[in-house]
Amino acid sequence: MRLDCPICGSRDRREFYYQGDAVLLERPAPDAGAAAWDGYLHLRANPAGETRDLWLHESGCGAWLVVTRNTVTHAVESVELASRVKEGLR
Amino acid sequence: MRFSGLRVLREGLTGNKGWTPQWRDADPKAEYDAIIIGGGGHGLSTAYYLAKEHGLTNVAVLEKGYLGGGNVGRNTTIVRANYFLPGNSEFYSHSLKLWEGLEQDLNYNVMHSQRGLINLFHSDGQRDAFARRGNAMINQGDDAVLLDRAGVRKHLPYLDFDNARFPIYGGLLHPRGGTARHDAVAWGYARGASERGVDLIQQCEVTGIDIENGRVRGVQTTRGAIRAKKVGIVVAGRSGQVAAMAGMRLPIESHVLQAFVTEGLKPCIDHVVSFGMGHFYISQSDKGGLVFGGDLDFYASYAARGNLPMAEHVMEAGMALMPMIGKARVLRSWGGIMDMTPDGSPIIDKTDTQGLFIDCGWCYGGFKAVPGSGFSFAHLMATGHHHGPAARYRLDRFRTGRGLMDEEGTGSQHNLH
Repeated sequence: MRLDCPICGSRDRREFYYQGDAVLLERPAPDAGAAAWDGYLHLRANPAGETRDLWLHESGCGAWLVVTRNTVTHAVESVELASRVKEGLR
Repeated sequence: MRFSGLRVLREGLTGNKGWTPQWRDADPKAEYDAIIIGGGGHGLSTAYYLAKEHGLTNVAVLEKGYLGGGNVGRNTTIVRANYFLPGNSEFYSHSLKLWEGLEQDLNYNVMHSQRGLINLFHSDGQRDAFARRGNAMINQGDDAVLLDRAGVRKHLPYLDFDNARFPIYGGLLHPRGGTARHDAVAWGYARGASERGVDLIQQCEVTGIDIENGRVRGVQTTRGAIRAKKVGIVVAGRSGQVAAMAGMRLPIESHVLQAFVTEGLKPCIDHVVSFGMGHFYISQSDKGGLVFGGDLDFYASYAARGNLPMAEHVMEAGMALMPMIGKARVLRSWGGIMDMTPDGSPIIDKTDTQGLFIDCGWCYGGFKAVPGSGFSFAHLMATGHHHGPAARYRLDRFRTGRGLMDEEGTGSQHNLH
């Protein structure tokens, strides 16, 4: 598996650290309540198919990335900088 | 049909013509008292204990593929009770006791072999952690022996004791730990359930769960609608998809775990051995193959196959621990779909829908739990009450934070358990 880092180009999967579903970009407010925090920390759509997850280019540029890929075929659809995705969320 | 030594002898002398199929391949009826979704180890054992312990025999097990074709047919077959957190400790202890009587109970040879499991440690800190774990195991009523270096050498003379990075300081021996023949466990439970009247229905995929006014009414399948007032979801890595049919989102992320087996060798590894440098565990099957595995690939996956970096890492770990296996040729490798929870502990609970129950989140430790999980889940489904040893496996612990059982202390990240 290779990921196409927007900064470094195509790199081996071993350079990256997997954090989890991209829902992690949407941190609730401290007082949002138990259900919101449960959704953020624990609950997952866990799709068999296209998913978006958060990776860190640990042994490269250090950028956080949002990877859109297929959990059944391991095909990688796109890799975006998490900072850009986060701007879009605002 | 009962198995016995006499029977084997008689069949041997009469051309083995008297053996009959081990279970009925049933067609679905219109209605059952209870439906189990998933014909794997946990689903089959649930059906067996529903029939045996609770007299519920009008039960169907629905399997989308073939019986025992999922994780129960593709694991590293380790059976142990070496957990230390309250909740896990009593559950796995109970499960191990069921293992110890399983062959007599099922009248089926599951080749349960209590050959002893040794977890190695490589630093003073790890020794302290294992001493603590061993004490917890003894307090639970199970067995544990802290071995020093010489003690380990007596059992496992072939290890590289002076590895520069991970020298072996000792190990925690769990004498009642061991292995079992994984397929036989599924087959034995299938046979026991079928004999008691449970319908085992293969090639029957659940496509929907019927819910009316907050009560479950039955399921839609590729072989038609089936009604039931009680439905249990026991589908391991596919829990997310099946629970979604009931409008649920689970605290589960499905990951791939790889395992490997070599060509058959003469007996050389007598125990189950785990390397404390991370994740590497190995045992030798009765056919002679070295069966070993490591960590998850670490990314969410349903591919049932992994990538090379983890394969390479596992081989490196094996070579660092026991260089003698270096010339063994790997026969095959495979990947399973693991239902990883954010605290590494499983779920056996009711859901918000009346009559709908769920048993999932076994991460990559589900095999040893097959008897205990089925026993406790059957108890919950039949009586509506949580079974003592599994009483802490609640779904709501993730929402409240109360009762989380993070055995490895790695925090709420699904792939770190």
